[in-house]
Amino acid sequence: MLESTLQLWEWLPVWLQILVKIGIIVLPLMGAVAYLTFAERKIIGFMQVRMGPNRVGPRGWLQPIADALKLMTKEVIVPTNASRFLFLIAPILTLTPALAAWAVIPFADGLVLADVDAALLYVLALTSMGVYGVIIAGWASNSKYAFLGALRSAAQIIAYEIAMGFALVGVLMAGGSLNLGKIVAAQSGGLAGWFMFPLLPLFVVYFISGVAETNRAPFDVAEGESEIVAGFHVEYSGMAFAVFFLAEYANMILIAALTAVLFVGGWQSPFYGSWLDALSTVPVVGWVFDHGIHWFLGKTALFLFCFLWFRATFPRYRYDQIMRLGWKVFLPITIVWLFVEGIAIAAGWQPWLA
Amino acid sequence: MTEIRNYTVNFGPQHPAAHGVLRLVLEMDGEVVQRADPHIGLLHRGTEKLAETKPYNQSIGYMDRLDYVSMMCNEHGYVLAIEKLLGVTPPPRAQYIRVMFDEITRILNHLLWLGAHALDIGAMTVFLYCFREREDLMDCYEAVSGARLHATYYRPGGVARDLPDSMPQYQESRWRGKHEIARMNANRQASLLDFIDDFAQRFPHMIDEYETLLTDNRIWKQRTVGIGVVSPERAKQLGFTGPMLRGSGIAWDLRKKQPYEVYDRIDFDIPIGTNGDCYDRYVVRIEEMRQSARIVAQCVEWLRANPGPVISDDHKVSPPRREEMKGDMEALIHHFKLFTEGLCIPQGEAYAAVEHPKGEFGAYLISDGANKPYRLKVRAPGFAHLASLDEMARGHMLADVVAIIGTQDIVFGEIDR
Repeated sequence: MLESTLQLWEWLPVWLQILVKIGIIVLPLMGAVAYLTFAERKIIGFMQVRMGPNRVGPRGWLQPIADALKLMTKEVIVPTNASRFLFLIAPILTLTPALAAWAVIPFADGLVLADVDAALLYVLALTSMGVYGVIIAGWASNSKYAFLGALRSAAQIIAYEIAMGFALVGVLMAGGSLNLGKIVAAQSGGLAGWFMFPLLPLFVVYFISGVAETNRAPFDVAEGESEIVAGFHVEYSGMAFAVFFLAEYANMILIAALTAVLFVGGWQSPFYGSWLDALSTVPVVGWVFDHGIHWFLGKTALFLFCFLWFRATFPRYRYDQIMRLGWKVFLPITIVWLFVEGIAIAAGWQPWLA
Repeated sequence: MTEIRNYTVNFGPQHPAAHGVLRLVLEMDGEVVQRADPHIGLLHRGTEKLAETKPYNQSIGYMDRLDYVSMMCNEHGYVLAIEKLLGVTPPPRAQYIRVMFDEITRILNHLLWLGAHALDIGAMTVFLYCFREREDLMDCYEAVSGARLHATYYRPGGVARDLPDSMPQYQESRWRGKHEIARMNANRQASLLDFIDDFAQRFPHMIDEYETLLTDNRIWKQRTVGIGVVSPERAKQLGFTGPMLRGSGIAWDLRKKQPYEVYDRIDFDIPIGTNGDCYDRYVVRIEEMRQSARIVAQCVEWLRANPGPVISDDHKVSPPRREEMKGDMEALIHHFKLFTEGLCIPQGEAYAAVEHPKGEFGAYLISDGANKPYRLKVRAPGFAHLASLDEMARGHMLADVVAIIGTQDIVFGEIDR
């Protein structure tokens, strides 16, 4: 049975194989986005002493489906003076990079769609593409609120892209490769091998920049509800709005997954090398302690939880304060730490940066 | 060379941070506000004119709807003006009940203000925390008057009825099981006074909870310190009252300076700020909530020890009790006169003001001797505050305008009337 399935797989043309693989990544991702919104509402609801959605389906589990159906059946209104073509293409321009970046994410050892050597560069390039969708949306809407939101978002993403890039240079220096799989492999050796510890300032800067990059609270000035209503997507409705929504959450998951891969050892078990590692030979539950995709997913979920936690906790920054934080605080921190790291690598400091 | 022009943004009337129906025309240079032009009138209901067409006691309900987050304080200002013209003093128990509910109302108002202000600045959790406590206070309103918002509880000569001996209870439902309901009803087993006392005891700890999220938060401070600064002199010139004035460092509070009801017998402090910015006004209001809880606790103590009448027994002013009316001809006539003609007030004019949660709320009544006011003028504190919005917002950024609207604690019901 297994053999014949494999034979069938080999027999398929390459393009079809790739399409199937893409489907295997994108469909669960969309499901994850849907249930991330559910998790967000439930978790924030819990933090705010209320129930969250609990009416649709058992304990509210069908709420995301109901939301999706509602958005799909709603009319996409194009404002009269909007630039129609740009208005409609903008959501697609936002979603595409958010999904395309997943091609190089290693889910487990060797489990990656495109094992390219310049993966880190590719991710950086694609995440900065997303801003075009936002700017075009703000411009094409022909609304002052949307325009303000787009300008804010553009300035913010550029500012944080730089800090983020520098933080990633630190990972690149420590990992010695641009290939995400090799970066994870370089973090072997259990908890102690994770780049989180030698690169702690870069880790913090990277994660906060990631929050800013995805326009999430407390950096959500681009769509600041109480200031510019919904920012760049204020004029969007129905599925066009839903696509922006999908992109935002897909980006959140992407940033969380990248943080897991780059700083906390991706699919690697934190117990590796410690006495707990012996447990991985236990027959039924042993796999939990071994390396595997479940560690990757668990770490991603942990960072996603942080996204939600921030949202429930912090007030929103003002636009100029965000700029100041990005340019005057994060950028110097990353540069200083890159120097420290360079010296450490040159001097061969044990145990991390040899 | 192209000319660079400022551009205008219509902020509201349907804007999430407009606190109702504020229409604000902002002239902006990029993100910086050059001129803020608040427009009023979108919620104008002609309350003052309506009051001229109705007997005095039928307008009390309209007062609730002025500032619809501090209902009983509005009633208080109006009722005080009537009492001043009539020369009636309510019995002490009624005065204590009024003071207690004034302070409950102050907490209600400040909780909504705190939640909305924090939500405007982006901290959404505080909003829901505040509403958790608001729920309890509205239950007090409901217990005493039957309505959760527009109580119409204060009457000329006292209050409508005495405090009830039981609290409304939560009912079991599909979404809440027996144990949860039992937990929620735990402090509702005894009288309203016990419930209020329980609230006054635990409320300071709730304020601590709000403060952990805001007071020392760096982002909160960055967003409020130095924003919308008003100097003490300027605050007086602009006609500020209440926390807006006290935030600028002027210790003016009608409860202390012109005590009405029994405020002179109660021990409390007036917090004042030093810099006159949004952060100071935030701290002042937080402290006011603590002081209000203190006042409520003192009132509860007094009310427990001193039962008595809660409305004047002068039946020219307040209706006789129902059972009296059934047997006594005179009582029946009084009742009939009060509920058809209403009360007639001797010719004259009077201004009575209370320290409303937002500032000085005053009612100016002119009577020509009829059963309806010749003229009623309401002095709403928010009106003067809104008028200063341009001055406070000029030179700040768009996000600060939202913070300033929040700090002014604007409610359009009273501004547009």
